[in-house]
Amino acid sequence: MQYLALIYSKPEPTPEYGSPAFVEMMQEWKDVTETYVKDGVMVSGNALQPVEAATSLRLRDGKLETMDGPFAETKEHLGGYYLLECKDLDEAIKYAAMIPTARNGTVEVRPIMDVG
Amino acid sequence: MAAIEDVRVALNGVIADQHGRILSALIANLRDFQMAEDSLQDALTSAISHWERSGVPHNPAGWLLQTARRKAIDRIRRAKSFDAKSEQYGMLLKLDQKDAEDERQEEIPDERLRLIFTCCHPALDSKTRVALTLRTLGGLTTGEIARAFLDSEPAMAQRLVRARHKIKVSGIPFSVPDADAWPERLNSVLTVIYLIFNEGYSATRGDQQIRKDLCEEALYLAKVVDKLKPKQAETEGLIALMTLIHARKSARALPDGTMISIEDQDRGLWDEKAISNGLKGVKTALNRHELGPYQVQAAIQAVHAEAESFAATGWAEIMGLYGALMQYDASAVVRLNWCVALSFVNGAEAALNASGELAADLDQYQPYHAARAAFYRAAGKFEDADFAYGRAIELSENGSDARFLDAKRREAKKEAEQLLGLEVQQGGEES
Repeated sequence: MQYLALIYSKPEPTPEYGSPAFVEMMQEWKDVTETYVKDGVMVSGNALQPVEAATSLRLRDGKLETMDGPFAETKEHLGGYYLLECKDLDEAIKYAAMIPTARNGTVEVRPIMDVG
Repeated sequence: MAAIEDVRVALNGVIADQHGRILSALIANLRDFQMAEDSLQDALTSAISHWERSGVPHNPAGWLLQTARRKAIDRIRRAKSFDAKSEQYGMLLKLDQKDAEDERQEEIPDERLRLIFTCCHPALDSKTRVALTLRTLGGLTTGEIARAFLDSEPAMAQRLVRARHKIKVSGIPFSVPDADAWPERLNSVLTVIYLIFNEGYSATRGDQQIRKDLCEEALYLAKVVDKLKPKQAETEGLIALMTLIHARKSARALPDGTMISIEDQDRGLWDEKAISNGLKGVKTALNRHELGPYQVQAAIQAVHAEAESFAATGWAEIMGLYGALMQYDASAVVRLNWCVALSFVNGAEAALNASGELAADLDQYQPYHAARAAFYRAAGKFEDADFAYGRAIELSENGSDARFLDAKRREAKKEAEQLLGLEVQQGGEES
């Protein structure tokens, strides 16, 4: 099964580029991605631009409405995702728990719907 | 021909003993919770007419499993997405072929451990885990579970359908967890069982204090887990804990259901055999040197069970054990229990001071105000005690607790009046 691990966290200032804290943070993400690739569960993954760059849209009576920012006001924002190939939910939870921001944010694990 | 009454008795007997076993074997074959449930229902309906016509079969559970598999084959064939080449369908046909050749009918494989880990998966919410466990392993009807939760039957049915759907679409595995997830997942299973026990024990909103069957159901489930995965210290601890509490069942309520606290219980009514089993269980578990929260709680109950009287209770030991329990569960409720032990070791004033800071967390918790009332009373602060009893009574969710607290409140009042009378008398002598 494929699982999308949606990475939510509170928007916090990231450490300054090139600082030791920054290097450490990037290393953690690199490590988890490498583990996924090595274990053969990695399908894809990306970080997203912050919510200031988001545009939400909806069609109402055929008319397109666009809005600045994410649709819902929440404290935690979607910051990125991994798409993982796992045998079951237990395996997906095991890998999603390795995501660095699971420690202070939330990771939502959602199975990809099989529409085949 | 068998009388319809005999058929019903036989069928109910199989369901009571073997429901979990049949269903777990069926889920192992079908890998689909809802289809297993529906096919077993089909088989049960079919059993009534068949058994009435040709008698109760030699192996009723085997008959039900075989029939349920055939009903599943029918269901799969009828489905829009039917694929005659699918692996699952092929396997079912093979199993059915084997059933037909083997007249004796195989012993049903016991897959209940996988089933209970699935039902108690942390991806399901707590109430759903309890309901699903009672339905699938306990074989309780949806109506019975709805009544236990004071839910409507359609709402409970919906909850169960949604749970089976989530298990399917989110890929919750039908398996026993790996070694690294084992302690946490076993704890989740034991928590569900203990919730069932507590539901039976304290019937929060009903008026009958002890719902015997849910307590015994919980003990049964814990023993199933222990049988299928023996030598787990925490499982043994939970069995001992429930056994020791359940041993007091005849002593803990008046005939009208009014609760009797452990302080006022007639210890002669405690079930000695159950206590001796419980004490043995605590020892066995502790000797494995894998301490956990259920063993600590069982040890606390063991201290109560070993005391000759309430006054002779080893409170210092209990206080130490609550201290140990805080390492696993630092909740305000555990700290309150520690304060109760403290009141007997260091006095009511110490307990009043230590429990004051819990008000923020426990202001809406009836036992908090009941405990504070007892501390105030022991400290001779009768007005405060009366007020705290009032708060506790307001927060009681069943008549049994309210009657108990009201009796305590009147006792405290009487004590205050007697003391006051004594003071007046003494005052009189002085003048």
